[in-house]
Amino acid sequence: MLTGKIALVTGASRGIGKAIALDLVANGAVVIGTATSESGAQAITDYIAAAGGKGKGMALNVIDPEQIASVMSAMTAEFGAPTILVNNAGITRDNLLMRMKDDEWDDIIQTNLSSVYRMSKACVRGMMKAKQGRIINIASVVGVMGNAGQTNYAAAKAGIIGFAKSLAREVGSRGITVNTVAPGFIDTDMTRNLPDEQRVALTQQIPLSRLGAPEDIAKAVTFLASDGGAYITGQTINVNGGMVMV
Amino acid sequence: MSSIEDRVKKIVVEQLGVEEAQVTSDASFIDDLGADSLDTVELVMALEEEFDCEIPDEEAEKIATLAQAVAYINANME
Repeated sequence: MLTGKIALVTGASRGIGKAIALDLVANGAVVIGTATSESGAQAITDYIAAAGGKGKGMALNVIDPEQIASVMSAMTAEFGAPTILVNNAGITRDNLLMRMKDDEWDDIIQTNLSSVYRMSKACVRGMMKAKQGRIINIASVVGVMGNAGQTNYAAAKAGIIGFAKSLAREVGSRGITVNTVAPGFIDTDMTRNLPDEQRVALTQQIPLSRLGAPEDIAKAVTFLASDGGAYITGQTINVNGGMVMV
Repeated sequence: MSSIEDRVKKIVVEQLGVEEAQVTSDASFIDDLGADSLDTVELVMALEEEFDCEIPDEEAEKIATLAQAVAYINANME
């Protein structure tokens, strides 16, 4: 389905990013996955090889413009410019607003939102030349509905949605689509940190009465990246078990 | 070997989908040749490729006509 396409997935060492990278690989894409550490990058290289796919892991801190430039030139030299970009890297620094520190706010905006700006800017040039491209951002149900203790995270994730809509309008005429997938509560390390009672309470609010699996998100991303997603742009696909219906 | 002006003109014709006769020295890419802002970004990308150089954003913004493009290339190329 994606044979020979070059895909760049940030934050791919585990969780949703890993599931996305593996699903893209399974569909024939050459996948470059990034992780903040060398060991994370090695883990990506290993699981891509174990899956019999093409691609590798590369170390990248998505808040560092110089690292982005060097990863882009290294990957372009080895594999070619990506025509699929999945902006997945993200972190949480939860706190009530009244207790939130400036660095908790700034870290989230840098890592979760400014990274999307930087990575998209770095990739869109190659996509314009190729006259095709798919930019897929991973936001969150929290950016759509809000969540106490996550003003920073929700602001960044809602920001991604607005960014995608605007960029979709800028580059649509060049065959580039820009969309956002907003996962609900997915069973990953990020949600495993929640207290048990909160997980139970959450499940009760989900019509499909389970947390999502990373693969549930990956399938939506692969669809948007494939020919099936050709006429979809500027949209937010909510993959949340029905927790929020918009 | 064609002149710099001929090479630039060829790129403008290709990128903007206009007739060569329309691309006079002082025809504005946007006002006279129907380019939008994204077209001008692509045009600069094509020039960078043709002449194997990097045109900084603040310079790129000043290139609005064939004459300005040729002048920039002449001033910044060996």
